[in-house]
Amino acid sequence: MNSTLYQSSNILLSAGFHTLIIVMSIVAFPFVAKKPIDVPPLVSVELIEIGKNTNIPFAPKAKKIIEKAKKNEKLASEQAPPKKIKKEKNKKVDLDINKEVKELAPKKMPTPESKIKKIKKEKLQSVALPDKKKEKIQLEEEKKQKPSKEIKKEKSLVTNTEKIKPNIEDTKVKQASEFEKKELFDPNNIAALIDKSKEDFGETNKKLNKITQSQDSSMNSSKLTLSEEDALKAQIFGCWSIPLGLPYNEDLLVRIKLKLKPDGTLIKTEILDHARMNMPGQGFFKVLAESALRAIQLCQPLKVPTSGYERWKDLQLNFDAREMLGG
Amino acid sequence: MKTIKFLIIIFIFFLLSTSKSFSLIEVDITRGNLNPLPIAVSPLSQTNKSKKISQNKLNLEDLGLEIAKVVENNLKQSGLFNPLNKDAFLQKPDIAHLKPRFEDWSLIKAQALITGKVLIENDKLKVEFRLWDVLAAREMLALAFTTVPSNWRRVGHIITDKVYERLTGEKGYFDTRIIYVSEEGPKTQRVKKLAIMDQDGFNTKYLTLGNELVLTPRFNPTNQMVTYLSYFRNLPRVYLLDIETGIQEVVGDFPGMTFAPRFSPNGKKIIMSFAKDGNSDIYTMDIENRLVERITNHPSIDTSPSYSPDGKYITFNSDRSGYQQIYIMKNDGSNVKRISFGNGIYGTPVWSPRGDLIAFTKLHKGKFYIGVMRTDGKGERLLTENFYQEAPSWAPNGRVIIFYRETKTNKEGEGFSAKLWSIDLTGYNERLVETETDASDPSWSSLLSN
Repeated sequence: MNSTLYQSSNILLSAGFHTLIIVMSIVAFPFVAKKPIDVPPLVSVELIEIGKNTNIPFAPKAKKIIEKAKKNEKLASEQAPPKKIKKEKNKKVDLDINKEVKELAPKKMPTPESKIKKIKKEKLQSVALPDKKKEKIQLEEEKKQKPSKEIKKEKSLVTNTEKIKPNIEDTKVKQASEFEKKELFDPNNIAALIDKSKEDFGETNKKLNKITQSQDSSMNSSKLTLSEEDALKAQIFGCWSIPLGLPYNEDLLVRIKLKLKPDGTLIKTEILDHARMNMPGQGFFKVLAESALRAIQLCQPLKVPTSGYERWKDLQLNFDAREMLGG
Repeated sequence: MKTIKFLIIIFIFFLLSTSKSFSLIEVDITRGNLNPLPIAVSPLSQTNKSKKISQNKLNLEDLGLEIAKVVENNLKQSGLFNPLNKDAFLQKPDIAHLKPRFEDWSLIKAQALITGKVLIENDKLKVEFRLWDVLAAREMLALAFTTVPSNWRRVGHIITDKVYERLTGEKGYFDTRIIYVSEEGPKTQRVKKLAIMDQDGFNTKYLTLGNELVLTPRFNPTNQMVTYLSYFRNLPRVYLLDIETGIQEVVGDFPGMTFAPRFSPNGKKIIMSFAKDGNSDIYTMDIENRLVERITNHPSIDTSPSYSPDGKYITFNSDRSGYQQIYIMKNDGSNVKRISFGNGIYGTPVWSPRGDLIAFTKLHKGKFYIGVMRTDGKGERLLTENFYQEAPSWAPNGRVIIFYRETKTNKEGEGFSAKLWSIDLTGYNERLVETETDASDPSWSSLLSN
């Protein structure tokens, strides 16, 4: 009798373990069966200046981001090695340009007009894309007035490294539209322009590269892009009425965790330092936290990205009144 | 059993470790707007029976509405709130007080709502009020008071103080009074009387008759006592006046010119400057035993002393550097340190009740400024500029300063006036404080309901 009972309990135990293993294999190890996450290939993107992309005034936070990014510089260069090579190449090319232009300019242009000289110098020194366009337009206007060979050569020297040597085509008189076409749509030219801009705005690029990194990483679902973050910030800036009576020499940071619906409306808010609410001498924190909650309520639905809900369904907003209250 | 437990732990561990997790996105909000908070002050509801009583006793048709007006005016004057127009209110006061329909209030852009109820019964005024967070749809504060009906304005001030404190995080300053020198008559023959009023300009009372010149009244920070200077037979005397009882006493006769008596923070001493043998120095006097102690001893003119709120330091102005500048020293007169170094002449320094700032008057290039600086002299900020203004006095929460401003007389000697003005620390919220007559030398009391 006892042995039967013993046997049946063993069977039960065995069945239990088996079920457990099956459940574990279904629930706990699904990632084994899953294919690795399809990470999109890293694409290095040249960014325009932040100022053109954002409507948020410069804040110390930006500094922090940049400093952080600087620290991660190594990592960035590892992830995007082709850029570095490109840069080096460009440097060489540009140096050559300068050399050749310096040598060639006096020969080809013994008495150039001061205006053209100025434009030329600018072209050699600055390479921001919009300026180039302006220069081109200016040059074209000049050409329209005096379509001389010298000017054409000048232009070709400046804009195209490969066309430093006098070209047969260049010697022919061309229509302005032809120039425009060539200047604007020559792929080699555009490449040169981009490369130059890279070098001349080396420092800016450094900063921007970091932002590119963060943007890239955002694709890996960890952060919002700059513009997404800016849109959200700008919206909340308008909603947050900072209580003016707060003691400006205290810690005026309140962190609020949000749970959002896909349309940006709130499901739940949670003050992370809730314990401070009732601490003696921290009465102001309650006031600050409530003002932040009011701002979130007032702003909803929040301006969240249209896609990637999984990324931002949980969001943390750090409200910091120190900057505004001059602390 | 142990094995089962072990397996369960492993199972839970696997469940947790495999749950998909995203690192939380953080967004820093470092800016906001400094616009006044839109607030709806619903009239306090009152039964018809109670309305009749209040009409008979106080000659007020709707006491609830009047109290709401007091609150509304206070909030508006603070510059931190924007009371909304009552015409836009959709909900009746009595129903709103029971359970506000938050959608209606948020529709008119209110972020906070004040509701209440008034009842006069057995010669007692009972007032209860609630403060609501409209956006969060919840109650933030609920209080009730009982007092004599004639105190209804004070009830309004107390409600404002509570609301202000709950929404801004610092104490209010509405249930306070201001003492000042009331001035009447032509500039050359001014009749100066001591007057006291609520901080919003109501309930003015005159404390002296005007046959003696009165100067520099100052409140005791701990109670409703006032010290001031009055000339009796052309001799300056320092007086003490109990506002509640009206009892007045002479603190002492001083041989020379005496200036600007002021209480110490604990109210036990009076600090002042008086001129002896042509040299003005700072002295303290113990109110109880009338013992006088000399604090400074310098051939220069030292005047306008003011204690720090902890009583450990004194700020004063002195011309020992050649020009009148602001100095601080320990309460025994040691460690004298100059703190003002800007262009111009500095005077009347007053230590903020919060202890972080010193308010002062500055004269530079013929213009008078009221400004503040930190106690180390850094961070000087000039809040307001005018032809002539001086005598700053702090509100008890250290956020607002009251002072007086004189206007120019024209060629005929007319057009002169002296009025009280207030300004907050931002420098944007400058307001005229209404007084029945011309006024100068204001001093702000501490909170009456502490």
